Amino acid sequence: MTSATMHHETTLPADPAVLRRRSRSGKTRNNLTGYAFLIGAIICFALFSWWPMIRGIIMSFQRTRRGVTTWVGWDNYVRIVQDPSFWTAWKNTAYFTALALILGYAVPFVVAIIFNEFRHAQGYLRVLVYLPVMLPPASALFLFKYYAYDPSDAGLFNAILRFLHLPTSQWMQDPKMAVPAMVLASTWMNMGGAILIYLAALQNIPGDLYEAAELDGAGLFKRIRHVTIPQTKLILSLMAMLQVVATMQLFIEPLILANGAGSQDSATSVAYLIYQHGFFQNDLNGAAALGVIMLLVLGGFSFAYVRLSAKQD
Amino acid sequence: MATKKNIDRYMGTRTLISHTQLTRGKGPVVYWVLLISIVLIFTIAFIGPLYWMVTSALKTGQEVAQTPPSFWPAHPNPQNYSDAWNNLNLGKLLFNTIYYAGGALLFQLVLDTAAAYALSKLRPRFGNVVLGAMLATLMIPAMVLIVPQYLTAIDVPFLHISLLDSPFAIWLPAVANAFNIFLLKRFFDSIPEDLLSAAVIDGAGPLRVLWSIILPISRPILGVVSIFAVTAVWKDFLWPKLVEPSPETRTISVGIFAFAGGTPQNVVIAAAVIAAIPTVIFFLIFQRSIMAGLTTGGLKE
Repeated sequence: MTSATMHHETTLPADPAVLRRRSRSGKTRNNLTGYAFLIGAIICFALFSWWPMIRGIIMSFQRTRRGVTTWVGWDNYVRIVQDPSFWTAWKNTAYFTALALILGYAVPFVVAIIFNEFRHAQGYLRVLVYLPVMLPPASALFLFKYYAYDPSDAGLFNAILRFLHLPTSQWMQDPKMAVPAMVLASTWMNMGGAILIYLAALQNIPGDLYEAAELDGAGLFKRIRHVTIPQTKLILSLMAMLQVVATMQLFIEPLILANGAGSQDSATSVAYLIYQHGFFQNDLNGAAALGVIMLLVLGGFSFAYVRLSAKQD
Repeated sequence: MATKKNIDRYMGTRTLISHTQLTRGKGPVVYWVLLISIVLIFTIAFIGPLYWMVTSALKTGQEVAQTPPSFWPAHPNPQNYSDAWNNLNLGKLLFNTIYYAGGALLFQLVLDTAAAYALSKLRPRFGNVVLGAMLATLMIPAMVLIVPQYLTAIDVPFLHISLLDSPFAIWLPAVANAFNIFLLKRFFDSIPEDLLSAAVIDGAGPLRVLWSIILPISRPILGVVSIFAVTAVWKDFLWPKLVEPSPETRTISVGIFAFAGGTPQNVVIAAAVIAAIPTVIFFLIFQRSIMAGLTTGGLKE
């Protein structure tokens, strides 16, 4: 922070009193202009991020009935946890997150490794996988809902399955298939971003490392294990965190895919529950408590993750 | 640096598999078989659904329900598209979405650039605390904040006005984008102080320094941030659904969702195609900057 006035110092007179006075007035001026430039962003953060975060925590310990707000201690939490759909929602969200980690985390890495070896068509492949990322999710999900996951024989996926002589599926109407179907749609929509980020990381690996590994007699998989993965470790772990934060917020998939598909319960999620409590059941305090629980779970997860990866090093 | 990397790649930087391994023995055969099959599989997996979407919307309701599904519409009929456009009032919805995205872009370019400049170059007291508080919001899932954010929007603290159905309900939260501020700040950090101090000695104020020195150099990162800003608004669903509830102020995604219940499937899909066209065109035009943005803006140590 002191370096803000660094460039003045070369021209300042030697008298320490003058120096102090000048630099202090310069500092105040710098502070004022600094905050003048910051104020717009600060107001927006305060209104839409900082205050809502604090308010959410406060609200989770309150109850508002007919415009009267009272402190109720842990009541909201107790009520939320006793609701059976709370556990269904967490079970689905955990299942979704786990499946999405396998599909949405490992698959893009393998795809990026393969793409990186190609000396041709790489630009085309990149544009291809990123295209769905640009689609509005609502558009893409109606495509899945009406055509791909059409449970009749006219459905696209069922047509392909029958063509391959595999059993067809009821997709979103089958409680067992609802979560995997949502993971599939969500992976298709989102994997492009991960692939491109991994590709960028792979291209930063110095070639001589592979050269040296090969001279030591390391085969293809040994080279992946001992060069590729350690060299991209930072990005791999960052992406794992981001992926968990993103998949835990699973919302639009259950809203659009499961809406009216007869499997609402097998497709509900914690985020969906927040939405229902907050905007349909007029239970803003319950929604706030759910939000705090979600934040704690994610916080616990990040903490465990940081501890684990620190231990590994 | 990016160009040097490209040249290196062109000359054949060593990757997982060495150049000699690829060119000798069975190498080329394996390479081409793998390349062609991957290109085919990925084309089917990623263009296929889009093709299906565009052509299904050209089919009649009967044809969509037939088994097995037809690959090409028997009697291509643009009726669904015109129905979607007229019945769902898509022109108005598209206009709304562009208006929100454009405004969010403008607000972010002005306020976030100013904030990043202050944090990077003016460095006021407690600037790092402010930066830390902004970056901390990246760790909070959006769903956790959705209810209290909505309460802010319906009754703004101190002002006690409602932002419902006002474009500011989208523009102001868009400014609270820590990731874009971080990208901008990091880019500004890389601009050498010497460049600025010369201008300061010549008597240029901070606004002038920002406008005539920093911004012209920062065009690439401004492009990246702009693209992120526009696509974020275009893709967003729940927030606009909550704060722009009226049929006249809806975004296109929300409008399609609202109409989906009582509208034939083909018409809904036609509307979904229309909603997707602007983003696809936008992507194909700015493809290069988007790719560059993801790699520089992305998570490089």
